[in-house]
Amino acid sequence: MDLQAILSRIDVRADYVGLRYVNENTTFRLVRDGNPDANTRESKQGLMIEVLVKGQFAYYATSRMDPASIQAAAERAVQIAEAASRYSVYSFDASARPVAQGSYRSPYATPLDALTPGELTSLLVKATHELKVSEKVITTNAMARIVDTQSQFVASNGSSVDQQYLMVSADYSAVAYDAGVTQKRTDGGLLAKSFQRGMEVFNEADVLSRCRQIGDEAVELLTAEECPTGKMDLVLAPDQMMLQIHESVGHALEIDRILGDERNYAGWSFIRLEDFGKLQYGSKLMNITFDPFVENQFASYAYDDGGLKANKEFLIKDGLLIRGLGGKESQIRSGIDGVANFRASSWNRAPIDRMANLNLEPGDSSREELIGSVEKGVYMTSNRSWSIDDYRNKFQFGCEYGKLIENGKLTKTVKNPNYRAISNPFWRSLKKVGNEQTFEVYGTPFCGKGEPNQIIRVGHASPLCLFDKVEVFGGA
Amino acid sequence: MEQLFKTINDEINATLRDGEHLSLSFGGENSTFMRINSARIRQVGNVDEADLSFNYIVDGRRTTGSISLSGDIEEDLKRANNELERLRLEAPQLPADPFLVLPDSPAQSIEKKSGDVPSSEKLADTLLPSMGGADLTGIWASGRVYRGSANSAGGYHWFASDSFSLDYSLITPEEKMVKATFAGTDWDQTAYESFIKDSINKLELMQRPAKQIEPGKYRTYIASAGVSNFLDMFSWGGISEAAIRQGESALGKMRKDAVKLSPLFTISEDFSSGLTPRFNGNGEVAPESTILIEKGELKQTLVSSRSAKEYGVASNNASEDESLRACVMQTGTLKEADVLKTLGTGVYLSNLHYLNWSDRIGGRITGMTRYACFWVEDGEIVAPIENMRFDDSIYNFFGKALEAVTDQALVNPDVGTYEGRELSAVICPGILLNSFALTL
Repeated sequence: MDLQAILSRIDVRADYVGLRYVNENTTFRLVRDGNPDANTRESKQGLMIEVLVKGQFAYYATSRMDPASIQAAAERAVQIAEAASRYSVYSFDASARPVAQGSYRSPYATPLDALTPGELTSLLVKATHELKVSEKVITTNAMARIVDTQSQFVASNGSSVDQQYLMVSADYSAVAYDAGVTQKRTDGGLLAKSFQRGMEVFNEADVLSRCRQIGDEAVELLTAEECPTGKMDLVLAPDQMMLQIHESVGHALEIDRILGDERNYAGWSFIRLEDFGKLQYGSKLMNITFDPFVENQFASYAYDDGGLKANKEFLIKDGLLIRGLGGKESQIRSGIDGVANFRASSWNRAPIDRMANLNLEPGDSSREELIGSVEKGVYMTSNRSWSIDDYRNKFQFGCEYGKLIENGKLTKTVKNPNYRAISNPFWRSLKKVGNEQTFEVYGTPFCGKGEPNQIIRVGHASPLCLFDKVEVFGGA
Repeated sequence: MEQLFKTINDEINATLRDGEHLSLSFGGENSTFMRINSARIRQVGNVDEADLSFNYIVDGRRTTGSISLSGDIEEDLKRANNELERLRLEAPQLPADPFLVLPDSPAQSIEKKSGDVPSSEKLADTLLPSMGGADLTGIWASGRVYRGSANSAGGYHWFASDSFSLDYSLITPEEKMVKATFAGTDWDQTAYESFIKDSINKLELMQRPAKQIEPGKYRTYIASAGVSNFLDMFSWGGISEAAIRQGESALGKMRKDAVKLSPLFTISEDFSSGLTPRFNGNGEVAPESTILIEKGELKQTLVSSRSAKEYGVASNNASEDESLRACVMQTGTLKEADVLKTLGTGVYLSNLHYLNWSDRIGGRITGMTRYACFWVEDGEIVAPIENMRFDDSIYNFFGKALEAVTDQALVNPDVGTYEGRELSAVICPGILLNSFALTL
């Protein structure tokens, strides 16, 4: 797609014209109990034309690519911007769209076409057989989601960015049932194994080994005790820390939420603009970074959809809140330092402030030291339930699998582990952070936000973490 | 759009070979979106898109796909033919599917609803002056939505509808909120201005100092919008036959152990409102009304033709994911005017937020109270409450704790836009509970 040529043909009176073309192919394969359940490929292409007129941005997103349709779309966008400009939340100038020139390509070892649809499906069939470790396993699922995306961006300010992504997510799950008890185990939470990688993800020996463990643990949970109730130490595995960071840090730090854009949908934030540089968000052990450079992490990129170059930044340093999750528009509106996170889910949605790779930096505790320091507590892994209030304060999260920690050792397995707390005191109770050896990288394709609604991919990495005196409890 | 879909369907079907079966489904919209913050415009624009989905079956194998359409017939026929070729190449590589269902419905229908919606160029002047000085934040969505379905057995359905919705929150300086949705098909400026004014008046109750209540169990009234949130959860590991069979449904206990909900609780899948097309992606037409839970007893689940084949039960032509498309809950006898008096002392909840199963198999849901929620004493509203977390079971609030159901059902349109503008709605009354667990 020669976007520069298209741009050069557009003739409208605007202070800025930007074109963002997205061509995305999403392949999804699901095998259930050894039989094919879904084999699908969704192919989407379209163009967003964005203009700035009298301080107001407006867009026209279209899948009609002929020159006449594009010219007409640009003219409509100008009309819409002009009509709206008398009521703008903020009157922007062209500095809201920095000049960007560069490219990005996902790192991967094995290309997409190295595995045929038949070969991948065959592996997934084998995976479901491996998951069925006993007759007590009543349902097995193996799924693969592969997204191949080309995103091109050009603008009248000279911007030209070409970014190509290959993103792979996989999950394997077993549902076990016996004597009135049902339990489910996945591979670290639904599609938590989401990376910018290639077909090397589908290494057969590795996949089948993980499936055996998943099946075994689903059966093990059938006879496990219920998670205890009470206030006690809580150790969270990195695959649950992913959700913890996402819900109780990431969304709360989005500057567009703090500015109120999301109040009718996802909600507001307990963070206020005046908190930046002052609020002790968590204990001194808490260091949160926006990091677009972690190899293979799911939401790595070079430029956001407004053309801002992505760099690693600390948002929370030694527990102190210092920077927000806000792209150029939010930075201009708020006066708060932000990051390159002005992102759109596809060509048909306007960018908003999103998380990308948002990570908790490693500390210095080994796994043994961390678990060994707990007299009485629970270890929880793999998210299965999540809910948090519209200010990102009161949360309740549940995991698939738990272990009691007694006198510094992991002991009995417990089922239905849940915990609830309030974000700020919870993070202040962070009392040990695992070292590099406990650090793991995860991601999810499914972060919802915005009006009109958008689902976007995010990455989260974290070490093992220990929190002090958290309210934990079991199932119904 | 209809001509585009019809032409592609005719041309592609003409190229099918012996033994090949195909269902096509079409989704499209030409929408204006205006995002509003503090009664000012945050983002505004137009989305013009259309997609065509393929469900291809040959030799006992099935593969599916979808493509974006450009609106140019020659270009789109080329794309459609390319996609069919891709499916033809992929299908032989896949294992046989024992549960595939051949498209066999020759049913046909055409439904077009024209409306009168403000143009995107006039929208700002139409909407914003009436908001006055209120702190109003929300989303306007309007325009035409298209759905189509056709198959190689001769089935053909087309649905097109103009509509608009303004879904918004009004917010006090103390950050208390009221939620409302003004939606329809034909714009009426007077009705709009009256609706906004009424919402602003409701904010007055929220000006009182908020009350912090302690975790515990309370007599509770949940208004229709909150009840619709609970019913939405039935589409996620609830009323689906496949979910029950695969051990992933909160209603499994109703099937396995004959556990019942309250005799006051009846829901059905009911398309009689005409808000949602009755045909699914395979062109199968659902009955106008199917009772699912009657007086607390599970009567039917939503069964797709695929589940029907796998489990040997009758299909009710549910969508492939067996989610609710037109849920209606039966009304009761509690008059709206008597709600506060009958509640007595307790909690009045207008809306809920961010629901999730906290123990799906156990039927337990957690979430938050949100918007206009009040503490009530002796039948009088005393104060708005600070938002609370709840964690309670459907077997409680739709079961033994369900004391009364109001006599009026409200339409709660789905204003979601993740996969495009939704067409579904939940029609339900409010519920009075003798106990509801607030936990944090």
